[in-house]
Amino acid sequence: MSIPEIQKEIVEEFSMFDDWMQRYEYMIELGKSLPLIKEEYKTEDHIIKGCQSKVWVHAELEGDELVFTADSDAIITKGIIAILIRAFSHQKPRDIIEADTKFIDEIGLKEHLSPTRANGLVSMIKQLKLYAVAYQTQLN
Amino acid sequence: MCVMEKTMLDIATIRKDFPILNRKVNGNPLVYFDNAATSQTPKQVIDTIVDYYSRYNANIHRGVHALAQEATEAYEGGRKKIQQFFNAAHAHEIIFTSGTTHSINLVANGFTAFVGKGDEILVSAMEHHSNIVPWQMLCERTGAVLKVIPMDQDGVLVMEEYENLLSDKTKLVVCNHVSNALGTINPIEEIIPMAHEVGAAVLVDGAQSSPHLKVDVQRLDVDFYTASAHKLYGPTGIGMLYGKQEWLKKLPPYQGGGEMIAEVTFAKTTYADLPYKFEAGTPNICGGIAFGAAIDYLNSIGLEAIDRYEHELLAYATEKLSRIEGMQFYGKAKQKTAVISFNIRGVHPYDMGTLLDKMGIAVRTGHHCAQPVMDFFQIPGTIRASFSFYNTKEEIDRFAEALERARQMLV
Repeated sequence: MSIPEIQKEIVEEFSMFDDWMQRYEYMIELGKSLPLIKEEYKTEDHIIKGCQSKVWVHAELEGDELVFTADSDAIITKGIIAILIRAFSHQKPRDIIEADTKFIDEIGLKEHLSPTRANGLVSMIKQLKLYAVAYQTQLN
Repeated sequence: MCVMEKTMLDIATIRKDFPILNRKVNGNPLVYFDNAATSQTPKQVIDTIVDYYSRYNANIHRGVHALAQEATEAYEGGRKKIQQFFNAAHAHEIIFTSGTTHSINLVANGFTAFVGKGDEILVSAMEHHSNIVPWQMLCERTGAVLKVIPMDQDGVLVMEEYENLLSDKTKLVVCNHVSNALGTINPIEEIIPMAHEVGAAVLVDGAQSSPHLKVDVQRLDVDFYTASAHKLYGPTGIGMLYGKQEWLKKLPPYQGGGEMIAEVTFAKTTYADLPYKFEAGTPNICGGIAFGAAIDYLNSIGLEAIDRYEHELLAYATEKLSRIEGMQFYGKAKQKTAVISFNIRGVHPYDMGTLLDKMGIAVRTGHHCAQPVMDFFQIPGTIRASFSFYNTKEEIDRFAEALERARQMLV
């Protein structure tokens, strides 16, 4: 599936929930299914500096697709990164670079997208895209 | 009976003074428990701000016209109210600053002239970053050494260690009156004379104490004391530095500009008298006036009654929260203000803060700009609920229910 198709699927899933509580419960569930980063990669190099929770992300190429693994010490943050990874993992670097992230807003998590919010979601997206740029250069 | 009546607060009436408390957040009535970060503003202060800009906005001190006179009187009137509130000997010992951080930087900068290589500055283990970093910068400039007064597991300073650290090398002792991260009230009435015995000056960060405790700078014999208006029901961007007259006279100016000069030629400038020597440029005129209005408001309620009621809230909340499974409190000092810093086993503070916000409850989560305190307890942060006199037991009930609901989602 392409990134826009996956994003559409995620938006549809979230549209089934009536209230914030169900949405967050689902995010917590998603957090538990996050493809976890190997412990050896949980280093300073892999950390995304958010203010309040730690996030580690690792990326590697499988063929011409980029595969992400991650972890966080906060479960809601884990859920958010799980959603991002579901949309971006196993995709070509160029598609990741070009993808937009409006779907985060559409699934009712707009507040997490604010650059002033201290959870580093904006930094997370930036980091995933930076990985894509780096690997795209390698593929070229 | 008379005394009882005097100290009983009419919370329902008080709440009407704070328009923001009628707000809904995420569909729920706001419960505002982030008062240690900033307190809300009563309409008496908001009206003062509106009145200033509506009737007599003008630059102060220099103008001879009516508006300038009125603005000057109101601004200097604000300074007098602050002087009386902290019982300073002179109004010119009160320097308007942008807040506690500015106040501390002003003193730290001035002390470049008074400390040198090998001199020591003692700082407590429970300081806000704003009472650590300016002193580290001073040490870098001068070669002085920063030493830390340790605390114990309850979040209480170890006074024996403090005594051992004091020597004739000690030039300054800095600590907060109340810890923002833990709520601990530090024994400054012991800390100050001990420092003076070895000839050291003392700066006390009063950002967290001034909204709750009666502070008498003359009785304390403190050299410098700081406060931020936005933590005592005034606006942001204005605060004060109290300094003993003899210290303020010795301290060099912090910033150069208008207002702070006596005479300027290209050959030499002489500086204005106190307090203007430290108030370069057009000051936050409206802020100074509104700071005064906030003090009037606080006085109309009474610090004693506030302290009593806030402690009632603290005891009630501590009891309620201690029933929650996995509850871990940080800061168990016997003397503390109405601040509860805690974690719940298995829950990251950020997750809890996010879910509480969804339920309309505002708390602070994270390291509270006191990373050394978090490192001491080996935690990434805490959830901090800080109460004010406009909070109620009903709000604490809602808070406890919300915590339990979120805990069940997260654990």
